[in-house]
Amino acid sequence: MMDMRILTCTVNGKKVQVGYDPRESLLDTLRNRLHLTSVKRGCEVGECGACTVLVDGVATDTCLYLTQWAQGKDILTVEGLAAPDGTLDPVQQAFVDEFAVQCGFCIPGLIMSTEEIVRTGRTYSRDELRKLLSGHLCRCTGYQDVMNAVEKAVNWCVEHGYSDQAGARA
Amino acid sequence: MKKLREVGRSVVRVDARDKVTGRAMYADDLCPKPCLEARILHATIGNGLVKSIDVSKAREVPGVVAVYTCFDVPDITYPVAGHPWYAASKAEKRDVADRKLLDARVRLYGDNIAVVVAEDTVACDRGLAKIEVEYEEWPVVYDPKESLKGTEHPVQDRRPDNLVAHTLAETSKEKLAELGYASVDEALADPCHHHVSIHVESAEQSQVHIETCVSFCYGESGRIVCVSSTQIPHICRRVIGQALGIPWGDVRVIKPYIGGGFGTKQDIHYEPLNAWICQQLGGACVRLELSREELFFATSGRQPKTFEVEATVDDDMNLRARSILAYSNTGGYIHHGHALVLNSVNSFRWLYHTQEDVIRCEAYTVYTNGPHTGAMRAYGVPEGNWAAECLMGDIAYDRGWDGVEFRMKNAIRQGFVDEFSPGNYISSRSNGLAECVEKGKRYIGWDEHKATYANETGPIRHGVGVSLFVYKTAVAPFALETATASMTLNQDGSIQLQMGATEIGQGADTVFSQMAAEAVGVDTEDVHIVSQQDTDVTPYDSGAYASRQTYVSGTAVKQTGQVLRQKILDFARFLHPDAQGELDLRDHMIVDVVGNKVCDLCELALEAYYNMDHNDQLHAHETVNVHTNALAVGCTFAEVTVDMPLGQVTVDRIINVQDNGRLINPKTVEQQVHGGMSQSIGYGLYEELLVDERTGRCRNNNLLDYKIPTTMDLPDLEAQFVETDEPTAPYGNKAVGETPTISPAAAIRDAILDATGVKFYHEPMTPQRLFEGFRKEGLV
Repeated sequence: MMDMRILTCTVNGKKVQVGYDPRESLLDTLRNRLHLTSVKRGCEVGECGACTVLVDGVATDTCLYLTQWAQGKDILTVEGLAAPDGTLDPVQQAFVDEFAVQCGFCIPGLIMSTEEIVRTGRTYSRDELRKLLSGHLCRCTGYQDVMNAVEKAVNWCVEHGYSDQAGARA
Repeated sequence: MKKLREVGRSVVRVDARDKVTGRAMYADDLCPKPCLEARILHATIGNGLVKSIDVSKAREVPGVVAVYTCFDVPDITYPVAGHPWYAASKAEKRDVADRKLLDARVRLYGDNIAVVVAEDTVACDRGLAKIEVEYEEWPVVYDPKESLKGTEHPVQDRRPDNLVAHTLAETSKEKLAELGYASVDEALADPCHHHVSIHVESAEQSQVHIETCVSFCYGESGRIVCVSSTQIPHICRRVIGQALGIPWGDVRVIKPYIGGGFGTKQDIHYEPLNAWICQQLGGACVRLELSREELFFATSGRQPKTFEVEATVDDDMNLRARSILAYSNTGGYIHHGHALVLNSVNSFRWLYHTQEDVIRCEAYTVYTNGPHTGAMRAYGVPEGNWAAECLMGDIAYDRGWDGVEFRMKNAIRQGFVDEFSPGNYISSRSNGLAECVEKGKRYIGWDEHKATYANETGPIRHGVGVSLFVYKTAVAPFALETATASMTLNQDGSIQLQMGATEIGQGADTVFSQMAAEAVGVDTEDVHIVSQQDTDVTPYDSGAYASRQTYVSGTAVKQTGQVLRQKILDFARFLHPDAQGELDLRDHMIVDVVGNKVCDLCELALEAYYNMDHNDQLHAHETVNVHTNALAVGCTFAEVTVDMPLGQVTVDRIINVQDNGRLINPKTVEQQVHGGMSQSIGYGLYEELLVDERTGRCRNNNLLDYKIPTTMDLPDLEAQFVETDEPTAPYGNKAVGETPTISPAAAIRDAILDATGVKFYHEPMTPQRLFEGFRKEGLV
């Protein structure tokens, strides 16, 4: 074992300090040390997108991101999306309503990339959305209901000025 | 069809909320970390023996706790396929035991020969790198026909000829004599009819579930607990018991949510080894997760196959005779063995057996030094469908017939009974195929596009294509079908439902809840299903495979629900002996024969728990043994653009129209169809596990070189249905899960033929194969 270091950052809106092995990926730190198990390990080499979280608002494959690089950063995972009373965030709600969820393993990553998209506050064509999400592999859905959910969430968020609220929260 | 209350509603999936909030727990999410990690040493030869292994340097690596080799494990072979284990009365139906935890006999490149256990995976990998292995290396055989010629060292000693099995089903001599033929070959050569013969190939497809295969094991009260990403928890317990030579009751398997399986997790891969390591280390918690790269060769993909197909057809679009000869490459181990290719040739027969007089279905499954293979979604049928539809497409094209009309003239229709299957169980009692095809034709604009695209020239062309499918539901009458469900009335009048059948992403928990609500007479929202299976408390069920659960386990749900309902009504009678006439449960009330309220269900439930004179926790637990089968049917229509110089096919539009019987939850069925279609598009156009035939080594075992469809590769997927009421099913339902994976690939092939006039027989139709095909025909 190598000597541990301390990571100080913000995770889901809370200041966090946690020890980590300097060889460690952010994926392992979030999963194994902070128990944020929505961050899924699918390939560990940036091929599948299942481990995507927002780092300072940017959708990031945590399997390719050293924990060390996360010093002082603001990290958001699926666990941090719902309101304190449990009300789902509009992206989560759209994924439920549109039946985008099957086995669910790729879903947290897809939701986080969609969060990055809705925070831009603009609309996109379906083809643009397909391109933006092409780094996520899903084997269950054929992406059909996923694309429906993403389209719905993006449009809803634009209509309701959601990007400003999300910006204000972050 | 009679309208039902809860069945037929698109209720929101019961697992959706937990899966979008990150609360749904998968195997690795439950693992107490840090724990010990185990990683496998895979052989670097394709065939031979491990002569010796030196692990001394590996043991010195800091953090390494133990190293075990093929010379340390018990000399026990065990079966790994997810099938029932028959008792002595039917021992001949048992799966073959040809696996060891680690094996000195290397049958394929990457075979498991040692394992390193360490405090973390880095130490594991450093330990693996320090192990020195001395091999005796033998030549590799990958081609099944070569393998059948005999090898100096048989792949499996119990089969010196490398033959797993050979089967032949053909028209009887008597019937042939009646028709004036001495043999099937003579019928196929009848000069009165047109003769066609083709050679067809299908490659190994990989399941590529996004969750890897992972388990962790720990000791508890002298027993072993294994938490695993498996489709088949009860079978997993039995196989661990067999592999370790311990009583099966000493093993407890827990199956939480799993991140896709598609058949991989219908085999037991590394759970027994992990359980054994745990046992050696005094019950310490050990985690064993395969890497993405290992999954491609160390778990079982779709068996690669070749087919020789022949047919005769008359001038009136009637098939007269067909023959299929299949060779299937199981690789170094049997796993699901011959059942897969039997499904290929059987479905070949069932789909277009209406008019023909003569049929021959012959199949070989062969051991080679290729990667071991097993179940994958639709279990051999996509391959047989590819062969059947290449044939139909060619005949229609060559004779200038309408592909839909020709197919429908010969396709399976209501009343079909398979003469080669036991009893009359394989029969079409409900069949909406004709309506499916009409809907599909309309959606794709079949007649219009056939006309518009007919005279295209130039490098970029368009076409439309069709293919049909048939798929059985569950495995009876070929194998045991059993399921058990358990229900309890809670104090508040809600229902606790426990299934041995497993949710693997397909939506099983949701439709079980709906069927339970229907049977008891409550709302789906009143049913609380226990999603996790734990063999200590979960009723027995074989698990998720063969599109069986909604049909077989659904029958158990219905029966259990009916029993619980009767117990509730009987208890109401006990509480209210004077209530008028026959009692009923509806709208959360017990009502009498004229509909007057007798009591609320929640009042009754409280009495059931706490009545001072006679309390009874109302509970039902029923096992069903299902002997019937049901045939799902349907079709795919596809429209493509073919860029011949680029060897590129774009699927512009595609639709599956299916008769899956009555839809328990239309939206979840639609989900299944979308996913199945995408897997078949990948199967048809680019998914292929590449194997170096010289070494047996897999050449593209990662997600960059083995491509599955991304959002950019798929068009919008259209799913439509024709509902029929299957009489043998609990609620009119038939197979769903695997069915959409069958026909899209062949429909794309048919559309390419329509666009370019070029016939492709080798699946997947990669750009390279397409380009070569177009060049051969002088089109590029």
